[in-house]
Amino acid sequence: MKWKFYSQYSEMTDKNIAIKVENLSKCYRIGLKDEMHDSIVKSLFSFIRSPIKNYRKHRSLYKFEDTEINSDSPDIIWALRDVSFNIKEGEIVGIIGINGAGKSTLLKILARITDPTHGQAVIRGKISSLLEVGTGFHPELTGRENVYLNGTILGMRKKELDRKFDEIVDFSGIEKFIDTPVKRYSSGMKVRLAFAVAAHLEPEILLIDEVLAVGDAEFQKKCLNKMEDVSRHGRTILFVSHNMPAVTRLCPRTILLKGGAVIADGPSHQIVSVYMNSERATKAERTWPNVAEAPGDEVVRLNAVRVRTEEGQVTEAVDIRKPIGIEMEYEVLQSGHMFMIYFHVINEDGLKVFTSMDNDHTWRKRPRPAGGYVSTTWIPGNLMSEGIFFVSFGIRTLNPHIPRLRAADAVAFQVIDSLDGDSARADFAGNLTGIVRPLLKWETQFNPKSVNTNVIGSREDTNSL
Amino acid sequence: MNQKSDWNNISITVIKPRSGWQIIDFKELNEYRDMFFSMVTRQIKTLYAQTILGFSWAIFKPLIQIVVFTFIFGKVAKVSTEGIPYFLFSSVAIIPWTYMSQAMSESSESLVSGQGMLGKIYFPRLVFPLTPVFSRLVDFGFSILIILGILFYYRVLPTWNLLFFPLFLIMMMIIPAGIGLWLSTLAIRFRDVKHAMPFVLQMLIYSAPIVYSASSIPEKYRLLYSLNPIVGVIEGYRACLLGTPIPWIYIGPGIITAVILMISGAFYFRRMERIIVDVI
Repeated sequence: MKWKFYSQYSEMTDKNIAIKVENLSKCYRIGLKDEMHDSIVKSLFSFIRSPIKNYRKHRSLYKFEDTEINSDSPDIIWALRDVSFNIKEGEIVGIIGINGAGKSTLLKILARITDPTHGQAVIRGKISSLLEVGTGFHPELTGRENVYLNGTILGMRKKELDRKFDEIVDFSGIEKFIDTPVKRYSSGMKVRLAFAVAAHLEPEILLIDEVLAVGDAEFQKKCLNKMEDVSRHGRTILFVSHNMPAVTRLCPRTILLKGGAVIADGPSHQIVSVYMNSERATKAERTWPNVAEAPGDEVVRLNAVRVRTEEGQVTEAVDIRKPIGIEMEYEVLQSGHMFMIYFHVINEDGLKVFTSMDNDHTWRKRPRPAGGYVSTTWIPGNLMSEGIFFVSFGIRTLNPHIPRLRAADAVAFQVIDSLDGDSARADFAGNLTGIVRPLLKWETQFNPKSVNTNVIGSREDTNSL
Repeated sequence: MNQKSDWNNISITVIKPRSGWQIIDFKELNEYRDMFFSMVTRQIKTLYAQTILGFSWAIFKPLIQIVVFTFIFGKVAKVSTEGIPYFLFSSVAIIPWTYMSQAMSESSESLVSGQGMLGKIYFPRLVFPLTPVFSRLVDFGFSILIILGILFYYRVLPTWNLLFFPLFLIMMMIIPAGIGLWLSTLAIRFRDVKHAMPFVLQMLIYSAPIVYSASSIPEKYRLLYSLNPIVGVIEGYRACLLGTPIPWIYIGPGIITAVILMISGAFYFRRMERIIVDVI
């Protein structure tokens, strides 16, 4: 991506840019540890002096005159450092990074909750932020009262809420309890109501933090779908999340933050790959250059394992439609053993999706000579579902049956299902669940006469499958 | 941090570090008036939630105080009240005082107690300290019934002085607003405010002619004494409800202090607003 720096005024003419962030930095003072005293007299003296010390300490917390961008004072933390990017109107951008990377700080600055220390951001359009659902909810108030309270806090007008009220209640699915105090609600009901209000915000720019982490899975889906609806209406969305499948599905573009700085910005599947490479302990490739440390024993050692594409490229992010190659490199140190080689694929929830055993006829039930081996297994495209998968490897010798090595969660990869329409999700944009996602053949026959006239009624909820 | 301007009907927000003094953004406050209204409603509706007495509390609390003060200061200590029955004398003072002290203490704690919300969403922070100033008016309205009852009992007839009631009402609201703006801002940095507040309020009741008469203050200290705006409010209410001549000499200086307190508080608040979330 290429863009020039504009002056502060000419950017106003930059018509299709919704958010322009320029060299944004934010620092916090964390306060230094109190000194310890080793004598009663010293601590007594310090107790007398403490009001003055406390005053200085509290005061210093918001004094940043001395903070230059490169200053490395021990009590200063740069939550954001020189962050710049542009977001076009209608763009949906994910922001990812590990905890402490500055995601939330960035969102808080753009939401105007806190001021930046340096730099600026220019936002064109009505902006709403959703860092939490149900802000301001009071347990003693009824659902109805809380809808109005929360709605106005989110920046809606009372008139707007009057108009949308029925729709909000409908979306929440708790019509019966709308005049009950919220403290009598289950936590799930509270979240549903809160989300229903948030889902009816109509800003031009929406900032969303990981608010989807609450609530039951069914309702989360409904909300994600509603969000996708919103995004199709040409709104600009900034979405901070740890939920990689959600980010890759919702956001064509992702910004990766690390240590308060932007380290990658581009198409989501590439960035997710960078993220998994840089931040996760498990990558798509793992090698053990030092034989002594490699899993195994005197019979067999693992040299390397990797996830690769048909083109031979090692990759963390794989297209759901493409085959995934799982490759093992191992060294047989003692000749004459028969091997059983296998791996498990485990999904994010820890569920074992399948196990695959080496079934290559050339080597089955045959003692192998010492030497290096490379086994590759191909998981066909359009089989795995979306998400992150971990692969554990194992090798055993037969007759007698002895486990020789195990490498748990040695590599990981992420399956990405983009909305191109030719994968199993077809035109469905929501959260498609299921352990596998095979692309099956559908045949539909048409008969102008109704097959069964008794079939009436419709599904209530078309948003979650 | 936010300079808003309309350019082809598209609002443009510029976010950048703010420093120094800021003026109040009245246009933005107006945009958030529905939110302010629902915050005030929330306070009112939840104040006496799940109580048996409900808003009767707004009557009982000052009433019991009036009775106790009448007994201690009227009957036992025999404080001079310029011939006004002590019950009548103290009730017209204790009721506005109850309002002011409650609004003041709630307002000064408002930012600290609302910190959860402050960190999650943007709105003009002024909403927080100003909410109790308005929500407590409902309590005040209920407790006015006590005054009406007592006035009726003593057969006090309304006079033209009553026309000044709105002036003292506004002055009565400006005081907790001004003090609330100052103290709520200080409280986010120094939690000492929370510990000092109940104690200060206990002392403050004696700084104004609530249990005693203003005329008992020596004349040479009168100006100094009446710089306290609470003096003006109490004296003003007493005069306009009981029909005695309005002692402007006690009220004038207080009005000036109250306005200064309010304006300086607003400026201080705006100056500190940008660090609230980071320091709280």
